[in-house]
Amino acid sequence: MTIQEIQNEIVDEFSMFDDWMQRYEYMIELGKSLPLIEDRYKTQANIIKGCQSKVWVHAELQDDKLVFTADSDAIITKGIIAILVRAFSNQSPQAIIDADTKFIDEIGLKEHLSPTRANGLVSMIKQLKLYAVAYQTQLN
Amino acid sequence: MDIQKIRSDFPILNRKVNDHPLVYFDNAATSQTPQVVIDCIVDYYSNYNANIHRGVHSLSQEATDKYEQARETIRAHFNAKFTREIIFTSGTTDGINLVAHGFSGLLKKGDELIVSALEHHSNIVPWQMLCESTGANLKVIPMNDQGILDMQAYNELLTDRTKLVFCNHVSNALGVINPISEIIKKAHHVGAAVLVDGAQATPHIKPNVQELDVDFYVASAHKMCGPTGVGMLYGKEQWLSKLPPYQGGGEMIAEVTFEKTTYADLPHKFEAGTPNICGGIAFGAAIDYMNEIGFAEIHDYEKELLDYGTSELKKIPGLKIYGETAHKAAVISFNLQGIHPYDVGSIVDKLGVAVRTGHHCAQPIMDYFKIPGTVRASFAFYNTKQEIDTLVSAVKLAQKMLS
Ligand SMILES: Cc1ncc(COP(=O)(O)O)c(C=O)c1O
Repeated sequence: MTIQEIQNEIVDEFSMFDDWMQRYEYMIELGKSLPLIEDRYKTQANIIKGCQSKVWVHAELQDDKLVFTADSDAIITKGIIAILVRAFSNQSPQAIIDADTKFIDEIGLKEHLSPTRANGLVSMIKQLKLYAVAYQTQLN
Repeated sequence: MDIQKIRSDFPILNRKVNDHPLVYFDNAATSQTPQVVIDCIVDYYSNYNANIHRGVHSLSQEATDKYEQARETIRAHFNAKFTREIIFTSGTTDGINLVAHGFSGLLKKGDELIVSALEHHSNIVPWQMLCESTGANLKVIPMNDQGILDMQAYNELLTDRTKLVFCNHVSNALGVINPISEIIKKAHHVGAAVLVDGAQATPHIKPNVQELDVDFYVASAHKMCGPTGVGMLYGKEQWLSKLPPYQGGGEMIAEVTFEKTTYADLPHKFEAGTPNICGGIAFGAAIDYMNEIGFAEIHDYEKELLDYGTSELKKIPGLKIYGETAHKAAVISFNLQGIHPYDVGSIVDKLGVAVRTGHHCAQPIMDYFKIPGTVRASFAFYNTKQEIDTLVSAVKLAQKMLS
């Protein structure tokens, strides 16, 4: 599936809920399915800055596709990073660079996009894209 | 105290957040603004906005009078001896930096500064910078599990090398009231000056700077029902005369030639440039408002809220309160076992409850407890027990969703 298709799928899933509680509960569930980063990659360097909770992300190239693993010490943050990883993992670096993130807004998590929100969803997206840029230059 | 009448003084308390009535428990970050203070700001810009201390015209005179009246209100509130001992600043952080800057010429290598383990970053970083530039050393008064300072250790830290001691009156992260009177007395025995950070004390307590015999006391208007971007520094006249000016510019000079400038007298020596005129006047109005309610009344009512909140929150299994001592302001810093404070804050926000989460600009305290942060509910005299009930059910819901 393309990033766009996965994003549409996520938007469809979230559209079934009519209140924030169900959305949050689902997000917490999704957090449990996050492909976890190996402990040895949970280094200071892999922590995303700008988050009130700790978020670690690791990326590696498998057959020209970028695969992300991650973790967080906060449950809601883990759910958010799980949604991002689901949308962006296993894609070519170029596709990740080109992807937009409007779906975050559509699934009712807009408040997390605010730069003042201490969990730093914006920083997470930026970090995933930075990985993609770095690996893209490697591929070229 | 007529709580419904008081609540009606604060227009913001009528608003809804996420479809729920706002429950504002982030008062330690900034307090809400009563209508009289809002009116004062509107009145200034509508009727007598002018630069001060400069013009001979009537408007300027009016603005100057009001601004200087506010300084007098602040003096009276803190019981300073002279109005010239009150310096308008942009806030607590600014006041601390002013004093730290002033001491840079008075310290030498090997001098010692003592700080408490309970400080806000603004009462740590300026002093670290001062130590770096002068070669002085920073010593720390340790605390115990209840957030109480180890006064025995403090005694041992004090020597004739000690030049300055700084400590907050009330800790922002835990709400603990520090024994500043004792800290000041002991520092004076070795000839050291003391700066007390009153940012968190002034919303709850009326400090008496002469009785405390404190050398410097700083506070922010925005935590005392006033506007942001304005605050006060009290300094004993003999200290303020000794310190060099902080910033150069207009207002702070007596005479300027390219060869030499002589500085204005206190307090203007420390007030370069056009100040926050409206803010200063509104600060005065905020202090008047709080005094009208009365600090004794505020104390008793907030104590009731604190006791109620503490006992209700403690009924939640797995909830731990940090800094639970007899002597504290209306602040409850807590965590749910195994749950990140950020998660709790996010859920309770959905129910309209505003709390602060994180390290509260006091990372050393969080490191001491080995936690990433806490959830902090801080109360003001316009909060109610009913609102605490809302917080408690919101925390319970968070616990249910997150475990
Ligand atoms: C104890 C303490 N000191 C200093 C400050 C800084 O105050 P301001 O940001 O108004 O300068 C705060 C504000 O949170 C505080 O709680």
